[in-house]
Amino acid sequence: MVSPKQLVVAFGRFWWEFLIGENPDAFVGAVVIIAAALLLRHERDAAIVVVPVLAVVALVGSAYRGRKRGTGKRMAPREATPTEPGPS
Amino acid sequence: MTSTIILVLAVFGATCVEAVEALTLVVASGTTRGWRSALEGAASALVLLVVLVAAIGVPLVHYVPIDVLRVVIGGLLLVLGLGWLRKSILRASGHKALHDEDLIYANTVAELGSGDSAPRKARDAIGFTIAFKGVLLEGTEVLLIVLSLGASSHRLGLAAASAGAAAILVTAVGIIVARQLREVPENTMKLAVGVMLTSFGVFWVGEGSGFHWPGKDLAILVLIALFVAVTYGSIRYLRLILPNPSGSAAPVESVESH
Repeated sequence: MVSPKQLVVAFGRFWWEFLIGENPDAFVGAVVIIAAALLLRHERDAAIVVVPVLAVVALVGSAYRGRKRGTGKRMAPREATPTEPGPS
Repeated sequence: MTSTIILVLAVFGATCVEAVEALTLVVASGTTRGWRSALEGAASALVLLVVLVAAIGVPLVHYVPIDVLRVVIGGLLLVLGLGWLRKSILRASGHKALHDEDLIYANTVAELGSGDSAPRKARDAIGFTIAFKGVLLEGTEVLLIVLSLGASSHRLGLAAASAGAAAILVTAVGIIVARQLREVPENTMKLAVGVMLTSFGVFWVGEGSGFHWPGKDLAILVLIALFVAVTYGSIRYLRLILPNPSGSAAPVESVESH
């Protein structure tokens, strides 16, 4: 029998994994973007530039931070090889 | 109109990606532990997901102020979209191993086959649980996308129908191709859906915050173009800075979190 405490812990763990998990950058990026949008809601001209730019910064920064470092094995992109189906 | 088409495409694409992953586990469970338990487990999870959409989605649409809903949902879409895009960029540029459904299938079959043998026609708890969990976990992500996109644009029915159509399509194709799920260009689909989710996220955060995008729904297309360009540029750049460009064949990962 599952206790209410276990249910709450499982629920919290699900949301933690979902929102933060292995990539906290996306969560931090989303919070910053929402904060900027709310702060700039009366400055439309600035907001329509700043909000997308922040999303781009969050994406590029997160991808760059996630890159493979050191001299490990190269992992060739499978979908890019000509012998396999599917667009690359 | 523009946002409706993109909404349908985003939900359809996301559901296809998740359905392929769920189908891998259902097929593995069915072939090793018996189809009856696997199908019952998958069907039970689907029923639970439909109940959740009705129980959470309808109150969301009717009782939560639309601007609050759009900001929260925009944030949720950003977390999902940025996460999917990051993973797709790293995979496409060779910095992260590709997701291999065949290997996941083989590993799951080996794991399930090593346990007690189950009567093929009787109910089997392990087979049921594997199929149930697979469909429920992958379906939860679809559920969040359906609720997010459907509720924020007041098109919950359309979003749910789009997800249902994708699930049926993947199941039908899965039955035909059975164990050739690696043929699905999963990373490309994930990348395309990631771009759409991120674009929708930025759009709804803006609309919910109180500033309106120039061109209204057409702004979504501009945002999509922006994120496609940034994604393409990031992949190109990250390919250039791979640490060991003379390396050999591509290792693939077996199981990972999504």
